[in-house]
Amino acid sequence: MIKLVGILVVAVGFALRLNTLLVVMAAGLATGLAAGFSFNEIMAAFGQYFVDNRYMTLPVVLMVPVIGLLERYGLQERAETLIRRAAAATAGRVLLLYTAVRQVSISFGVNIGGHAGAVRPLIAPMAEGAARAKHGELTEAETQGIRAHAAAAENVGNFFGEDIFIAVGAVLLMKGFFEALKIEVSVWKMALWGIPTALVAFAAMAWRARALDRRLARRPGKVKEPRP
Amino acid sequence: MKLQLGIEHFYWLVGLILALVAIRIGRDRDHPRRWGSALFWGLLATVFIGGKWLPPVAVGYAVLGMVVLAATKQVARPPTNSTSKEERAAHAIRLGNAVFWPALLIPITVVAVALWVAKWHSFPGIDPKQTTLVSLGLGALIGLGVALRNTGARIGEPIQEGSRLLEVIGWSLVLPQFLAALGGIFAKAGVGQVVADGVARALPTQYPLVAVMAYCVGMALFTIIMGNAFAAFPVITLGIGLPLIVQQHHGDPAIMAAIGMLSGYCGTLLTPMAANFNLVPALLLELPDKHAVIKAQAPIAVVILAANIVLMYACVFRF
Repeated sequence: MIKLVGILVVAVGFALRLNTLLVVMAAGLATGLAAGFSFNEIMAAFGQYFVDNRYMTLPVVLMVPVIGLLERYGLQERAETLIRRAAAATAGRVLLLYTAVRQVSISFGVNIGGHAGAVRPLIAPMAEGAARAKHGELTEAETQGIRAHAAAAENVGNFFGEDIFIAVGAVLLMKGFFEALKIEVSVWKMALWGIPTALVAFAAMAWRARALDRRLARRPGKVKEPRP
Repeated sequence: MKLQLGIEHFYWLVGLILALVAIRIGRDRDHPRRWGSALFWGLLATVFIGGKWLPPVAVGYAVLGMVVLAATKQVARPPTNSTSKEERAAHAIRLGNAVFWPALLIPITVVAVALWVAKWHSFPGIDPKQTTLVSLGLGALIGLGVALRNTGARIGEPIQEGSRLLEVIGWSLVLPQFLAALGGIFAKAGVGQVVADGVARALPTQYPLVAVMAYCVGMALFTIIMGNAFAAFPVITLGIGLPLIVQQHHGDPAIMAAIGMLSGYCGTLLTPMAANFNLVPALLLELPDKHAVIKAQAPIAVVILAANIVLMYACVFRF
């Protein structure tokens, strides 16, 4: 049971709002010491895992120079202008369409999109632009709500399409796990059984997207700006 | 040996970008935390460039140094000095779609390489095991080249703007790697087995529905703790899934695994431990509430998890 001390450290540290990096390192140290590792062994393990997981930070850092530059030259404003021309566009529909594109493309093994590469520069501004075209200026809280849902659209699309593709990540991990235990499992069957949940995930996103549009439409005291 | 473009080359490029950020900060006399911030980004740059050769314990201490700098508030960002909305709108009107295309070139490159690989199995000069990340890196470089040409920007501007965005994210940028390391240490110490054994002993698992619920909810909960469904999968499947659903109740392992993993993803939608999906995007979108993304995802995650339990119960013992 003492091995669970790390979970306790995380819970207490997060509750006290201490610096997250500090909390995580303390939890790692506590768990490692409880399991009988030396300080240097824990540092070495931390260093090794940190290096092995550099790929997690890679997309953001590679993306920010080009996205930052384009933003300075009006990328978000351009994305808004383009979406204003589409009369049927609403914030929710933009986000739902993005989720669909993300789910379908990743189920064929093509990983496009991302928070730094697509959501911040394109999808969030388009959703905000569509909402502004429909409902006039947005409040700070409304803008933030749209942006949070844009990030959700990315995550839902990313997570619940991937398992349908057999040649990457999750399916191969499961196959490897069962092989190590000498249990015969078909990758095709695992990929096939990812489809029902993928459809449920899309339906859940559609529900949230509609709810977002309804909240925006129900705003008191604000009327659509007359178009010139 | 054939010269191939692999992910390590892009780690060097990332290291270079981070080093330039550190140098920019070091030269900025008005920076509120000039030396602390420069040291933080410099250490991170070193880990990215030297990660393959540095002894892990040295990386561990460098990482500890980054924690100390972040916890003592030595990593800060200067007051924003970005361009005004009017200025950007004027550029947008002047440039039109010329500012839009470079951003689309990134996914276009990824798709083009993926189509090529689907047809001919490997792309010349790219390590076939790392096609996705390498094609993303190539897309970013192509996008940057076209962006510089289309906007007529100075060569220093991408680093200036990239630096601005990275400093907005700040030390949270390395949070995903930190949490992955913590997950690794949890796994090494055997935390999962303790949790799985506890669950299996505490519940009346002779009922198939209870076994299914224990497995799906266990995947989600353990993913919330670990921040990663891949880390939860072997632990919970070995501790709960195989003994209860497959051996005791004769369920199908493929259906169980597929739906179980997706139950783990519901946990990913709910946890600050999955910082690269939930916390970093909140900072990237400049949301004041760093849990705003998790709050938006919570109803979705609960619905999908409930549906997964129903689906698994209805199908796993039947097909």
